Amino acid sequence: MDINEIIKPENKVYGKSTVLKDAVMHYCPGCSHGTVHKILAEVIEEMGIQDKTIGISPVGCSVFAYNYLNIDWQQAAHGRAPALATATKRLMPDKYVFTYQGDGDLASIGTAEIMHACNRGENIVVIFINNAIYGMTGGQMAPTTLLGQVTATTPYGRDAKLDGYPLKITELIAQLEGTCYVTRQSVQNPGAVRKTKRAIRKAFENSMMDKGTSFIEVVSTCNSGWKATPVAANKWMEENMFPFYPLGDLKDR
Amino acid sequence: MAEKILMKGNEAIAYAAINCGCDGYFGYPITPQSEVMETLMLEKPWETTGMVVLQAESEISSINMVYGGACCGKKVMTSSSSPGISLMCEGLSYLAGCELPCLVVNVMRGGPGLGTIQPSQSDYFQATKGGGHGDYRTIVLAPATVQDMYDYVDLSFELAFKYRNPVMILGDGVVGQMMEKVELRPAKPRRTDEELRELCDSWATLGKPASRPGNIITSLALDADIMERHNIHLQNKYATIEANEARYETYMTKDADHLIVAFGCMSRICENVVELARQDGIKLGVLRPITLYPYPEKALDALVPQMKSIMSVELNSGQMVEDVRRIASGRAPVHFYGRQGGAVPSPEEIYEAFVKTIKK
Amino acid sequence: MKEEIIIAGFGGQGVLFMGRILAYGGIMQDQEVTWMPSYGPEMRGGTCNVSVILSDNKISSPILSRFDTAIILNQQSLDKFEKQVKPGGVLIYDPNGITRHPERKDIKVCRIAAVDEAAKLGNAKAYNMIVLGAYLKVKPVVTFENVIKGLRKSLPERHHHLMEMNEKAISVGMEAVEIL
Repeated sequence: MDINEIIKPENKVYGKSTVLKDAVMHYCPGCSHGTVHKILAEVIEEMGIQDKTIGISPVGCSVFAYNYLNIDWQQAAHGRAPALATATKRLMPDKYVFTYQGDGDLASIGTAEIMHACNRGENIVVIFINNAIYGMTGGQMAPTTLLGQVTATTPYGRDAKLDGYPLKITELIAQLEGTCYVTRQSVQNPGAVRKTKRAIRKAFENSMMDKGTSFIEVVSTCNSGWKATPVAANKWMEENMFPFYPLGDLKDR
Repeated sequence: MAEKILMKGNEAIAYAAINCGCDGYFGYPITPQSEVMETLMLEKPWETTGMVVLQAESEISSINMVYGGACCGKKVMTSSSSPGISLMCEGLSYLAGCELPCLVVNVMRGGPGLGTIQPSQSDYFQATKGGGHGDYRTIVLAPATVQDMYDYVDLSFELAFKYRNPVMILGDGVVGQMMEKVELRPAKPRRTDEELRELCDSWATLGKPASRPGNIITSLALDADIMERHNIHLQNKYATIEANEARYETYMTKDADHLIVAFGCMSRICENVVELARQDGIKLGVLRPITLYPYPEKALDALVPQMKSIMSVELNSGQMVEDVRRIASGRAPVHFYGRQGGAVPSPEEIYEAFVKTIKK
Repeated sequence: MKEEIIIAGFGGQGVLFMGRILAYGGIMQDQEVTWMPSYGPEMRGGTCNVSVILSDNKISSPILSRFDTAIILNQQSLDKFEKQVKPGGVLIYDPNGITRHPERKDIKVCRIAAVDEAAKLGNAKAYNMIVLGAYLKVKPVVTFENVIKGLRKSLPERHHHLMEMNEKAISVGMEAVEIL
């Protein structure tokens, strides 16, 4: 069979979203970021809002999110993305505005900004990647690091007496009157990916309905930081992260 | 004739912002400048011009809201006082690194630390030499009257957009809290979406049209070559600003044998010192830098040869005097008189100090 | 013409507002004006003062250490500002609560029993306008008409029904002031 007979529209089973650029991602093999980026790109493409979407990238591994999605991007100072998003959405209410933040950015240095943006009910989307570790700086303890988890700054495992407890920031966010949709998802298998995509789409739709802030935590892996193969990382996440950070909607109104 | 209204310097900032088509104000209360946001909230400009006004949860958040708004090509601003500006310095560094236009008003109070709410000029170094990290510059305007507070808002936005650079109005408790009459200027409407596209679409995050790739606003440049090239570009821009934007005023300098250099409220107090000196037959004049960055180097340089002495008078322990000494460069003795931590000297006190220096 | 005034008393006596009316009156007759308050914790009940400058020419320093006129409404302010009145200048004070009265002989001292007059009017809030009236009588640098115009500018519209009361209070002050 000639190759041209194979490459036909009717034979196409999968296509890369047109919102994704051709740039090769810098993320480690097995990292959840790439999958979440792909989902975001697909939602933006399917909703036809590429020209109306403004993304705000954090400090952390996903600082470079702007290299992968072909939309307008702002790159925030560490933890401050919700402040940038607040102003952007208020000054341009017809735009879809989302922040993309990791656990260090959102749940440690940026706690004030995320709590108050959510409490004001800013009509923005927050994508929160929780992999329980600082990836970009080399695997240090995150606010969401589990008790006993070994990181570069908890070499003997996280000890509550020394380091405090893992922070369930999403549960806190769900308490705030300003949030309309708070959910915790994951992307380790096709079923989970589909659920996360539905959640992200819903969040983007919410942001034009004046309902308040939509907040999506994606429990993720960092196999480099965790020093595990992609498969082992997924298994560790399911066995250790999910019991402490259970999946599902915390709030939907 | 345009209407003249009695108002506080802080109120003037607010009215000028609405009047000159500012798109957004983001702030956090701190004495002695809280009237800026209070006035805006009272005036409800969102119902008239559509200007957004928001009380943020902190100065850190305020400046980052300004950062977000500036990314969208909007005329955005914040105001604060010394301790709050310290918190904003990280954001200012990002704004400068990303080459974003914005206005930051600092109504200075005494420090260091929590300090006092009384007037001070002790943030001269912070405003003119950096504040945040990295090789960057902020254009700094120093108002001396309430009319200046009003007029410099529009001027700041003009400069901010001309050079895509943060601009700071460096006032103090005196010009913030004082009331004087202000002549209102003709109103400028806010920019329309079309004007915004035309002016800023090449760089701002207005939403990516099909005709161009996505705009990315970032100060991150991990590659040393790219980082250096960006810094050289910034330095070239600052050189242009230095060549074109230095502003100053002189008072009785033509025949002067002695010079006082003072900015902001101190320059006015020193005009009275000139009167006292001239009553005693001493030919004293005042140079008032209006822009503290870029510093009016040429103006001061040209005055130095005729002076028997120069005195820098500041509400701090000697900051601008370092620039004065640098420019005087040994050609005339440079003295310093300052009061610190919120104390404001009277003309008589300054004159007494001046006389001591020339008698030595 | 240049008139440099300090008005000093307790927070709550209407010191800042009195200065403001005076400044607005100056604007109404096209004078240059500055109004420079002491600000801060004083606003919450401690001593409070404002310096007002009215001038036909551009005003340089808003910070002064010597005044043409001092309007003094409590003992602390009298102790502080009596010595800062220029020789030949004017000191107007309310004797209420004053234990050590003005002593200088080289200035014109005037007395306005504004607390008593306000009580007679049955309106404690008219206090500062009575004091203002006293000043205008002694130092007519701003006309009565222009002060009233300034007052109208300064009062929010919802308070314009108070105009008559305030005008009355100013007149009472003009009548009641005693030159010692």
